[in-house]
Amino acid sequence: MIRQPEPKADVLARRDEIVAGLRALLRPDAVIAEALLLRPYETDGLSAYRQPPLAVVLPETTEQVAAVMRHCHANGVRVVPRGAGTSLSGGALPMADAVVVGLMRMNQILDIDYADRCATVQAGVTNIGITNAVQAHGFFYAPDPSSQLACMIGGNVNMNSGGAHCLKYGVTANNLLGLKIVTVEGEILDIGGAHLDAAGYDWLGLLTGSEGQLAVITEVTVRILHSPEGARAMLAAFRSNEVAGACVDSIISSGIIPVALEFMDRPAIHACEAFAHAGYPLDAEAMLIIEVEGSPAEQDDLLARLRAICERHDPISMRVSQSAEESLAIWKGRKGAFGAIGRISPDYLCMDGVIPTSRLPDVLRRIGEMSDTFGLKVANIFHAGDGNLHPLIMFDANDPESFHKAEEFGADILKLCVEVGGCLTGEHGVGVEKRELMPVQFTAEELEQQRRIKSAFDPGWLLNPNKVFPLAAASA
Amino acid sequence: MSTMLAPSDEAGFAAVIAEAAAAKEPLSIIGAGTKSCMLRPVQAARSLSTRNHGGITLYSPNELVISARAGTPLADIETALAEHGQHIIAEPSDLASVTGAKEPQTIGGVIATNLSGPRRVAWGAMRDHLLGIRAVTGAGQVIRSGGRVLKNVTGLDLCKLLAGSHGTLGVITEVTLKVLPAPEMVGTLVLHNLDATAGVAKLSAALGSPYSVSGAVWLPREAAARIGPFAGSVALIRIEDFAASVGYRTGRLRDDLGHAETDILDDAASRQVWRELRTMAALPTEHDDAVWRVSVRPSAGPAVLRTLAEGVGMRGYLDWGGGLVWLAGPPTAEAHQTVETAAKLAGGTWTLMRAPEPLRVAVDVLPPEQEVLARITRRVKMALDPHAILNPGRMYAGL
Repeated sequence: MIRQPEPKADVLARRDEIVAGLRALLRPDAVIAEALLLRPYETDGLSAYRQPPLAVVLPETTEQVAAVMRHCHANGVRVVPRGAGTSLSGGALPMADAVVVGLMRMNQILDIDYADRCATVQAGVTNIGITNAVQAHGFFYAPDPSSQLACMIGGNVNMNSGGAHCLKYGVTANNLLGLKIVTVEGEILDIGGAHLDAAGYDWLGLLTGSEGQLAVITEVTVRILHSPEGARAMLAAFRSNEVAGACVDSIISSGIIPVALEFMDRPAIHACEAFAHAGYPLDAEAMLIIEVEGSPAEQDDLLARLRAICERHDPISMRVSQSAEESLAIWKGRKGAFGAIGRISPDYLCMDGVIPTSRLPDVLRRIGEMSDTFGLKVANIFHAGDGNLHPLIMFDANDPESFHKAEEFGADILKLCVEVGGCLTGEHGVGVEKRELMPVQFTAEELEQQRRIKSAFDPGWLLNPNKVFPLAAASA
Repeated sequence: MSTMLAPSDEAGFAAVIAEAAAAKEPLSIIGAGTKSCMLRPVQAARSLSTRNHGGITLYSPNELVISARAGTPLADIETALAEHGQHIIAEPSDLASVTGAKEPQTIGGVIATNLSGPRRVAWGAMRDHLLGIRAVTGAGQVIRSGGRVLKNVTGLDLCKLLAGSHGTLGVITEVTLKVLPAPEMVGTLVLHNLDATAGVAKLSAALGSPYSVSGAVWLPREAAARIGPFAGSVALIRIEDFAASVGYRTGRLRDDLGHAETDILDDAASRQVWRELRTMAALPTEHDDAVWRVSVRPSAGPAVLRTLAEGVGMRGYLDWGGGLVWLAGPPTAEAHQTVETAAKLAGGTWTLMRAPEPLRVAVDVLPPEQEVLARITRRVKMALDPHAILNPGRMYAGL
């Protein structure tokens, strides 16, 4: 179980006064302080943990966010920024003495420039909302986390979100040009813009993935790209994880970088097939979904090359999509993976470690051994091209023992990821979930260095406190 | 001439820096020293160089990662990658023709300055592919950030903070980069005799097409003549891919862009032209010229170039689809002021890449930060370099 620290007694004691101050700054319906109405904000995608905040504010402009921040800063009140609340690591988990700054009403597209290939939007625009706004012109916003229908761009920036297609297009950090931020003191700053590369320090890069530790992000300028002429997927099934892993190596060394390269193990294949009826090979130990882009002729050429590579690894079966519809069917099972696991297990934890891709077979074998030891089932889904592993650990939340074991199992997987040369999180963030594991990856001096940088932005440690850094020594 | 220290291991860097920190004695941080003419000069009795701390420490082609100590010549890394058909994604420029450097630049220097070449417009900057870093802070502490895997959001991203920090926050000792397969073929669509505005409009259309353009440059006549058999201005659009795709995509772009005077350069001619661009051969510099880089939104590039060319006789060209303006002109405060004004007007940034020392001391070599941000900058500098001994004054006076 993850501990939460004691709330500040003086802030709780002044609750009414602090809320009254917020009400003076915003429209009446933009300040929530009633217990019943606070409930939707008490948790996020890590729903095992719940804590209603002191209050929630729903600003509509950067100036309103700045006014809220000045008020909170003057009163020593902690602030938890929140987008859609889809964080799988508890990045938006409130504290009893904190004001949640919900950015969901900041949902305006401010500017789209096709010639300069950028769009400026408020932080509460959903990830898919950007693509929806530009797709009539043939453009899209590339990073595509699984939660893209709901998750918001401000949260994507804070977590440096990835997705299934980042092997080719990069993660959020690689697709950003500028930010508007509000400091903990309530001052508004523009970082970057429509141009490439800062001339001074790379604040854009530091803020991306900072998990709300450094500032509140209110506007984002992203790079938009023209969509490819088309895309098509193929599916290849193999006799073992080792063979599928070797096939991934062969693909990468052939000079082809597919736009997506997804790996599923036997439990994942079975769960997804039962759910989606995508025609997945139930006799396989491992399966790859490989997607390429280009004109129909280019797709044919790349798929033929990939087919030839897969042939060298004694596949059980292969299926090359002949149409966009068939590609959708191949993706349907993968994209429905979380729902599929949800059908066969009352609850699951979605882990997010990263490993050197060459260690995949070894890591999957050891996860299998851990699964036996803990007595919990696990299904593995893997962004194979970039080494991002998503083990889904199945457990029963009504059984505290089962939940406890699932957390231990997850922690052991992440420690294994670090042991083989990888890291604790590839795209979900540290949040509260992996906070106490940080010393597995970093030395005390390295964590202290990161804390000093946090302190440079937030000397009083009011911004999204008790996340990212281990609790024992979290505050400066 | 300052004394140069050049340890051969990381512990040596930590020891020198710890000792300098105790004595509060500034150090000039360099690799091979090829970019010492950039930004502001550093006043320090001793310099600390990574030149003896070289060597590739990890290369895993199938995992698309390479690690090297900071002092490794960039060329050594490119040679190792080429043996496996791979390349550095952002194709960092070789500025020797601008800086007059005699020695080969190091990977540490390329990262510390975050300097990227033509491919940056499509595939990201050096900092975008920096997966991991080891560095020694101004307190003499060894820190790591990132790692050797392609995705990593664990903790604050100090890789990006240190990339482009010009040795002012830490001495980078080792870097790990994502690399990619080098293309089978390179092709270039050449559009002749378009002015800058019309040329950039075509570059924008090409970069906004589905054809994965990996380079987009506009050169006025004088610059074009320096790198190829071109009689007038040219807009160059590069495609890098498998051979069939290069043929198809350059052809489609030629049809779609609808310009009468075009050529398509074959693989060999394309590689030659883009190599020339990467080595800055297109920039017409005279002996004592100052050199600037201005980064603006691509559609603003032509006006910046025109203003400075017509107003004060500067020479230059446009890379990154129009968004990167390379400029050469007289090394005077007046000339610098016109660059600043043009960059500000376009909502962009500038970097003084080369100038005589008096000018580099007298002007803002980078855009000054707003006061609120400058305060954060000072605190972050203090957090990493508490005694202000690493390259003091290199980016901003007094920092």
